[in-house]
Amino acid sequence: MNSQGTTHRMLSSSGILGYGFPSSSLEAGLERGIDMLGVDGGSTDPGPFYLGSGKTLNSRLAMRRDIALMLHGALACRVPLVIGSCGGAGGAPHLAAVVDIVREIAVAEGRHFRLAVIQSEQPKARVRTALAAGRIKPLRGVAPLDEDTLERAERVVAMMGAEPFAAALDAGAQVVLAGRASDPAPWAASAIRAGLPPAPAWYAGKMLECGATPAVPKGHDCLYARIDADGVVLEPTAPERRCTPSSVANHSLHENPSPCIHLEPGGVLDTTDCRFEAVSDRAVRVSGMRWRPSPYTVKLEGAELAGYRALSICGTRDPLLIAGLDDFLARVREAVATKALALGVKEDGYRLFIRVYGRDGVMGPTEPVQEIRSHELGFVIEVVAPSQEQADAVLALARVTMLHTDFPGRLCREGNMAFPYSPSDIAAGPVYRFSVFHVMELDDPLAPFPIHYEDL
Amino acid sequence: MARIRDLARVCKSKNAGPFELTIDVVFDTPELYRAVGATGVLGPALFARLYGVDARDVIFTPYPAGLAYKATLVRAVPSGDLGDTDVYGCQQHAPLLEVEIPLEA
Repeated sequence: MNSQGTTHRMLSSSGILGYGFPSSSLEAGLERGIDMLGVDGGSTDPGPFYLGSGKTLNSRLAMRRDIALMLHGALACRVPLVIGSCGGAGGAPHLAAVVDIVREIAVAEGRHFRLAVIQSEQPKARVRTALAAGRIKPLRGVAPLDEDTLERAERVVAMMGAEPFAAALDAGAQVVLAGRASDPAPWAASAIRAGLPPAPAWYAGKMLECGATPAVPKGHDCLYARIDADGVVLEPTAPERRCTPSSVANHSLHENPSPCIHLEPGGVLDTTDCRFEAVSDRAVRVSGMRWRPSPYTVKLEGAELAGYRALSICGTRDPLLIAGLDDFLARVREAVATKALALGVKEDGYRLFIRVYGRDGVMGPTEPVQEIRSHELGFVIEVVAPSQEQADAVLALARVTMLHTDFPGRLCREGNMAFPYSPSDIAAGPVYRFSVFHVMELDDPLAPFPIHYEDL
Repeated sequence: MARIRDLARVCKSKNAGPFELTIDVVFDTPELYRAVGATGVLGPALFARLYGVDARDVIFTPYPAGLAYKATLVRAVPSGDLGDTDVYGCQQHAPLLEVEIPLEA
C-alpha cells in the first residue's frame, strides 16, 4: 500500500485464473512496482454446469501454473495476492480445489504466508430466511424465487462485495482466496483500503477483472492500473498490446446490460460521463466516473439438475432428404415417441432436440434465413431424460430412426445419415440449469461470507 | 443504402449474465456514429423484430463515449438451459450485419 494513500498500483494477470498469461508480462508488471496482484477466477458465461456439478472451469494443471507464478511474484514483492470466484463458479468445491493447489505449492516449496479463505456458498436456511422476509428479488428475465426452486437447487452462491476482501487484508492475509465474488471486488477492496474513493476503485476493478481485454489486440494477458482520487491509468504490460481511449471505452460494453450503469454490492458505478485520454501511445487515463451508494445487495446464483443428456452427431449429403427435411424430422419424432413408449418412456418423460447445423443450428427460431442452400447438413441428436439410462435408451432409438426413416423420392436405402464415430452415442451426463439469479438484501456485507485464516 | 457490415467497426453479441443477451455496434468516427443514429434505424423496434422480443423489453443505450449503440434483451432460453443453441451468446449478431442504413458506405 502506498504510504501517501494517494495512488495505488494493481496488476491483473489475466481474465480468468487458468487461462494463462505470458510470464514475461507478469514480470514486467512486477518490475513497475505494485501494491496488489490479483485475478478473477470465475464467470457464469460457460453455463450452469460448473456451479451445479461442483467441477472447476479450468483444469488443475492450468490453475496451478498461473497460481505458482503469481504466488512467487506476490511473495517476492511482499504484496497481497487476491483471487476472486475461485475455480469458476466460486462454490465450496471450486474454492477447495484452488485452496488445495495453494497449500500444495506452499508445502512443496517451503513457502510461508498467511492465507485467508472466504466462503460464498450459502446454507439454504439463510436464503430461506431472507426469502421469507421478502429480502430476495429476481433479476431481469427471472421469475421471483420460491421455496421449491430454492430446495431443488444443487448449490447456491452469493456474490460478495469488497468488504470481505478488505477484512481479510486487514487481518494480514498475504494470499486471499475467495468464493463467488463480484468480479471487480478484489481490486476495489485493495484500492478503497488504500484510502481511495469507491468510484475509481470500482472502475479499476471493472477493467482489471478481464486482464488485457481492454487493450488491443485483446488476449489472455496482464493489465496494470494506477489509481488516484480522480481517476485510473490503464496500461497492458506486454509490449505488443496497448490501451487506446476507444479500446478502454468500449470495454464498458463487455457482458454488461448497460455500458454506463454497473450495479455492485452497496452501490452503482456510473460511467456515463467518463473521459478517456491517451497519456502515451499505450496508456489511457479514465476520469469522471461516479459512485452512488445504494442499499446493500448481493447477487445469488444457483443451479438445479435438469436431467441427463445423451447425444449423437451425424450428417446427410442427400439432396432429396434435405428437400423434405421438415417432414422427415416430424416422422422421426413420431417414430421415436412410439418406440420409446414401448420401452415404458412416455413422450413427456424426455426431451428430444434435433439440431440442424447448416440451417438454424446457431440461431434456432430467430434465424432469419429460411432457404437452405447447403449441399450437406449436420445434425446433433440430443435427448434429455430423468436418468442417464433413459436418455441413452431414447437416444439410441432416435439415432437408428434418423438413420433409417423413409422419405419421398428416397433412392439410397442403406441409411440416410453419415455417422463419423463408433460408438455414435455419447452419454453426456448430468445437465443443469440456472435456477436462482436474484439479489438478496443484506444488513452486514460480511455475514454470509465467513473467513478462515491459515498460517502456512 | 449501406449495410451495418459495411459501416461498423464492431458488431457483436454476448451474454450479459445467463438470462440476457447484449448486442453492440461500434463505429469508427463520431460523425458516422451520429449519422447512423440520426437515421433512427437502430432502436428498440429493430432489435425486437430481429430477435422476436417485445420492444418494451429491449434496453437500448446510445453510448457516445464508445461511439457505440447497445441493445440488451432477455434470452428466450437462458444460457445452457435445455434447447439453448449458444451458451456464450456470441453468435447472435449476424442478422444485424445485414440491416440496411440509409447512408452511403
